[in-house]
Amino acid sequence: MPVSVEPTSVDPSQNGSAPANAGAGASADVTEAEALRPHAEDAFAGELAALAAQDERPRPARWKLSPWAVAMYLLGGTLPDGTVITPKYVGPRRIVEVAVTTLATDRALLLLGVPGTAKTWVSEHLAAAVSGDSTLLVQGTAGTPEEAIRYGWNYAQLLAHGPSRDALVPSPVMRAMADGMTARVEELTRIPADVQDTLITILSEKTLPIPELGQEVQAVRGFNLIATANDRDRGVNDLSSALRRRFNTVVLPLPETPEAEVDIVSRRVDQIGRSLDLPAAPDGLDEIRRVVTVFRELRDGVTTDGRTKLKSPSGTLSTAEAISVVTNGLALAAHFGDGVLRPGDVAAGILGAVVRDPAADRVIWQEYLETVVRERDGWKDFYRACREVSV
Amino acid sequence: MTGVEEAVGRAAGAGPLLLGVRHHGPGSARAVRAALEEARPRVVLIEGPPEADALIPLAADEDMRPPVALLAHAVDEPGRSAFWPLAEFSPEWVAIRWALEHDVPARFIDLPATHTLAWGTQEDEAGVEGESPLDAETADSEGDSAPGPGPAGLRIDPLGVLAETAGYDDPERWWEDVVEHRGVGKGDALAPFTVLEEAMGALRETYGSGGHARDLVREAYMRLQVRAAQREFEDGVAVVCGAWHVPALRRKTTVAADKALLKGLPKVKTDMTWVPWTHRRLSRISGYGAGIDSPGWYGHLFSAPDRPVERWMTKVAGLLRGEDRLVSSAHVIEAVRLAETLAAMRGRPLPGLSETTDAVRAVMCEGSDVPLALVQDRLIVGDVLGEVPASAPAVPLQRDLARLQRRLRLKPEALERELELDLRKDTDAARSRLLHRLRLLGVAWGEPAASRGSTGTFRETWRLRWEPELSVRVAEAGVWGTTVLSAATAKAEADAVAAQGLADVTALAERCLLAELPDALPTVMRILADRAALDSDVGQLAQALPALVRSLRYGDVRGTDTGALGEVAAGLAERVFVGLPPACAALDADGAEEMRRHVDAVHGAVGLLGDAPAAGQGHLRARWQSVLRVLCGRDTVPGVIRGRAVRLLLDDGELAQDEAARLIGLVLSPGTPPADAAAWIEGFVGGGFGGGMLLVHDERLLGLVDAWLTGVPAEAFTDVLPLLRRTFSAYEPGVRRTLGELVRRGPGAGSGAAGTGSGIPGFAAELDTVRADAVLPVVRLLLGLDEEEEHIGNDLVGVTG
Repeated sequence: MPVSVEPTSVDPSQNGSAPANAGAGASADVTEAEALRPHAEDAFAGELAALAAQDERPRPARWKLSPWAVAMYLLGGTLPDGTVITPKYVGPRRIVEVAVTTLATDRALLLLGVPGTAKTWVSEHLAAAVSGDSTLLVQGTAGTPEEAIRYGWNYAQLLAHGPSRDALVPSPVMRAMADGMTARVEELTRIPADVQDTLITILSEKTLPIPELGQEVQAVRGFNLIATANDRDRGVNDLSSALRRRFNTVVLPLPETPEAEVDIVSRRVDQIGRSLDLPAAPDGLDEIRRVVTVFRELRDGVTTDGRTKLKSPSGTLSTAEAISVVTNGLALAAHFGDGVLRPGDVAAGILGAVVRDPAADRVIWQEYLETVVRERDGWKDFYRACREVSV
Repeated sequence: MTGVEEAVGRAAGAGPLLLGVRHHGPGSARAVRAALEEARPRVVLIEGPPEADALIPLAADEDMRPPVALLAHAVDEPGRSAFWPLAEFSPEWVAIRWALEHDVPARFIDLPATHTLAWGTQEDEAGVEGESPLDAETADSEGDSAPGPGPAGLRIDPLGVLAETAGYDDPERWWEDVVEHRGVGKGDALAPFTVLEEAMGALRETYGSGGHARDLVREAYMRLQVRAAQREFEDGVAVVCGAWHVPALRRKTTVAADKALLKGLPKVKTDMTWVPWTHRRLSRISGYGAGIDSPGWYGHLFSAPDRPVERWMTKVAGLLRGEDRLVSSAHVIEAVRLAETLAAMRGRPLPGLSETTDAVRAVMCEGSDVPLALVQDRLIVGDVLGEVPASAPAVPLQRDLARLQRRLRLKPEALERELELDLRKDTDAARSRLLHRLRLLGVAWGEPAASRGSTGTFRETWRLRWEPELSVRVAEAGVWGTTVLSAATAKAEADAVAAQGLADVTALAERCLLAELPDALPTVMRILADRAALDSDVGQLAQALPALVRSLRYGDVRGTDTGALGEVAAGLAERVFVGLPPACAALDADGAEEMRRHVDAVHGAVGLLGDAPAAGQGHLRARWQSVLRVLCGRDTVPGVIRGRAVRLLLDDGELAQDEAARLIGLVLSPGTPPADAAAWIEGFVGGGFGGGMLLVHDERLLGLVDAWLTGVPAEAFTDVLPLLRRTFSAYEPGVRRTLGELVRRGPGAGSGAAGTGSGIPGFAAELDTVRADAVLPVVRLLLGLDEEEEHIGNDLVGVTG
């Protein structure tokens, strides 16, 4: 159950082009003071320093902390001297352990999950704890070019002095290789397949050839790569099996308990609602719980009491979608209703989230309505509201 | 020989060689073998029921393959039984095999099953479920790691305490690290036992019997046995028992005190045999509570000569490749590396099951749990099935069957004969149940045959024939339970879990009712509900429904509680209602014809289900009718189904005649392609549903059909003809002739009734009472309303019954 409710989008200023030696220079101080959202290594500098000071276990080459301490940084705990490490990721311990161990074995790490499962959050903190720098980042989009992963050219230099290392603009991945740091690739599956495959040489040979100069950059010990990908989105470029084989995959799960999910949804809805200047809804929690219950039941294919199996629709029904359904409902209630979140306000949103494939999903939804919702105590209003929008 | 004497000499100072083990621990098993090799005792004593001593030589039989279990059962009551499962990696099994290989006597020294089974009786009174094949006895024989059912709250878990002391949160993991993952002993083979004994000794000092009150009695008995063996073999005695018991066996007590503890124990006559066992039942999830999560993994640890993790990963890769997943040698290498690094990070000496599983998930399964479930099922638990030689004594199931055969006076005869059963009689009902249960168990002694003469539901005909190989079947079925009832119940549950299609489960539910297995029914029902929920083929759902409804009604006849069944049937019907309209779109002719049959079947089933008195089912009919309405109004639905839907509504009186006529007119209007219209007509009046009579009596409908038919253009007529022929040729000759006459007479020239408007077409507006009265005596006779007639009817029934 990830506690992170950070948006998955990333501040563009983090993206590759600027020099990323965040530790040095006056410019870093300015960013820290004015940044809307400081980097993990800055925000938690105190904890990292305390961990490093007391960490006596062996560290892999160029790691700032031992694997054990990295796991502790993510999962939280108390150091012998009483320093409290806040948990960055609340979820199965196993996942963090496998992720950290993977980085220590020099295999690349692939974090998979539906939107809103804190993939980016985990990858940022891992990089911060392992290399002390989470800014060596490539943001994957459908238009990410090969240069973003390998290197580009400073064309003024190139024309003036011919090809040389000075005219070369290294990518974050190339810099990470040269310095033995952790590079990050966000949304790997959005990157076109041919650009993705650039990573194969980097990950298997650990070198990046520069044929124009007859040179190559060899990865220094300590280099590794964390990629995040969304496994249930449309329009993704599936990884080739050659590339996939070079990653250890960790799937970040959806929240484990309904309570945790209700908590995440209501907190996030509250934040969004405030930024949209929606009036606070007094009785919203019941309705949020209902939305979360519906989403969880359909997603898991079984009712919360574990007694009835259900078919799962084709949509992802992630926590992020539950958040948007509730926010939408709040907006409806605020602008067209009496300000109280009612079943009718969320029914249409739920229908839209569940029924993605008009033929199959509609049957699944109606079965759910007729066999589960109708019988449930206190859900009469909701059933009626859903019948109204479904027909 | 000097080496042997040395070893024995060393053990001599400490009395008998006590090897404390964990049941089903591969590390323990390996250590036991090493210790026995080194000490070379002259007799091996093993914790287990002494009645089984005579069965020990069978363990050396070629046909004996673990996992097997020692089964003790009360002679008079085969349902009261206990199992002592032994896998290849059980230390006890290793000790037995070692003794047999070295011609050393092996003996069981635990309290005799005579007493422990009798204890079971008393526990029944204390509220422990009596039918369970695992009473406290068996649970305890594995109980060193897993507290048994029942008064578990009082018991302490010795491993848990030790693990907690060592700073582990999981006792299993602690044990794995400390004992199971030790390599084959470098140095002193006895050292692990000494260390463990000290630890257990400290625990026993603190906790005493730890809530296992009966252990004191068992240990007293074991001490007496050890003493007897010592008198006979002096110091060449080795004892293999649960580590928990070691300090107690070491303790010096007087013979008199031990004997006093054993006084006045209850007794019951018991019998023992070997039965085949499975890995699945060794695992905890099976509910048999043998107490280990991962028999397959343990078996692997025990049998792998070296490099267990590498070998395990190769096995996993092999399995995944067999399932068409892309797993290369590079994957195996990476998985091993990840597992080892994980173990190092978690501070464990060797990768355990959790590390290897995490590594397999991250490297070979791409983070997904789906292929991992396969690994869990096939490898970690495993599919190993034990075998027992044919010379093993008879299983209790055979005795139970023999007892039932005597009581019900059903002799097994090789000659085929027919048996008529009247289920209203108790003996006959019991016979029927027995035969049905045996059929479930795969013992095809009786085959149901069609009844001659009477067709009542209280009558069954069986063809009986006992083939010699059926005895083998009975022995095989012994794996399921000790009585016919419990075995059939267990088998039915297992069948339900393994069943492929929905229809299989429904059929099974029907058989469970026939065989009266109320305990199996909840499982079958749950699986039926699950399958129905996940099945997206409306056809299958529609096929399952009638069988289910039939079972429901049949269950009523037998007085079984069918509440759950009714609920499932209603749920199934709901799913059919939701799924039917979309499923009827875009069908070809064959598909449409099949779907029409489904619609008919569901209609009949809903009719029966709607009659059921259970609450919440009354609305089913109304819902079904609304589904039919949707069907008949939707253009994408094939004509034959639309026609049938209209017809079914008409028959139910839900659709007015006028409305039906309008729909027919609509369909038969010139805008509809003739082939569609013909299909519609087939749906509407086709089949053996008295469609012809409808046309005979409703001249307006006939007129519409006639008008349409004469209007079909010549070129389309040849296309329509086969369909129409199929529709009308199914009618009775009389109906066909009448129809022909009516058509020849021409429309509107009939009896004139059609003109009266409000009346039903074909009938007069008013009743003709004189003609109606004439029929009454015959109706009375048929219905048995007349008192005099009723007597005669009853007498007749009495005679035939």
